[in-house]
Amino acid sequence: MDFKGFDRPGQPGGGPTRSVKVMIAGGFGTGKTTMVRSVSDIRPLTTEETLTQASADVDHLIGVADKARTTVSLDFGKISINDTLTLYLFGTPGQERFWFLWNGLFKGALGAVVLVDTRRLASSFRAIEEMERQKVPFVIALNVFPDSQDYPVEEIRDALDISPHTPVVSFDARDRAAGRDVLVALIRHLKDHAAAALEPR
Amino acid sequence: MSAARRPTEPSGLERYYVLTGGRSGPAGSAASLDVATLVVARTAPSPGMQHEHQEILRRCRDPLSVAELGAHLGLPFNILAVLLSDLLQAGRIEARDPIPAHDAGRGTDLALLEEILSGLQRL
Repeated sequence: MDFKGFDRPGQPGGGPTRSVKVMIAGGFGTGKTTMVRSVSDIRPLTTEETLTQASADVDHLIGVADKARTTVSLDFGKISINDTLTLYLFGTPGQERFWFLWNGLFKGALGAVVLVDTRRLASSFRAIEEMERQKVPFVIALNVFPDSQDYPVEEIRDALDISPHTPVVSFDARDRAAGRDVLVALIRHLKDHAAAALEPR
Repeated sequence: MSAARRPTEPSGLERYYVLTGGRSGPAGSAASLDVATLVVARTAPSPGMQHEHQEILRRCRDPLSVAELGAHLGLPFNILAVLLSDLLQAGRIEARDPIPAHDAGRGTDLALLEEILSGLQRL
């Protein structure tokens, strides 16, 4: 029975000692939960936030009786990088208007994956704007649905109006290896980002 | 998790009020808690402690994220953050925030990105 906190010399311990966070964003129905599920080492869990701060706006709406039930959910999973480092993946809430509630939801994040359904590009515009506004480095992952048409990546880049430096990859959110590759693309992008920031101007 | 512990049960808000003594958010250092913050117990639960505090100490023998703790205990983030701030102030837990991008993107922390890459490539 010892409680030595994070630093246990000579003893790896049963839990990670460092964590990093990656957000999985995108419009409603673009496959955020599916991706979290397919790449996570654990069965995805859900954490919730009550809407206490929004109650002033909610009060006068119909359905006041349901106020206590109003929660925003985040699906999340994790990947053990090694014995001491765990990567947590958080799918952003489907209702983007509630993002503000997540105090610093993106603040501690290493970066983000923005999922895009090429049949409904516009559904991810808001997520892209949000990443740009919060200066969170991100990659675009086109989730290929069975009836998705094959668009040239450049056409999609134009339509989404994103910087030429932002990587665009396509994948199947149900496939673990494909999801892993998207995360690899994100980390490589972060490295480029970091290298660019170090260059003298 | 049993259905009765879900935060969506009708008496949810009243239960949270009791759990937190009416506080809606954490004070002090715990205000920076993140869903990916790791928490580890520094002491064993002692008799007479609030049940939820005991439960947190029991589950955090090994480091656990705030999000996992919330999911296991069926508590929303802001309520859990209040309980964690009590334990932090009492010195019963330690908390370690996730390594953010602006640190990871500088100098030696490129090593962290390399570490993540090699971990992912082993999957």
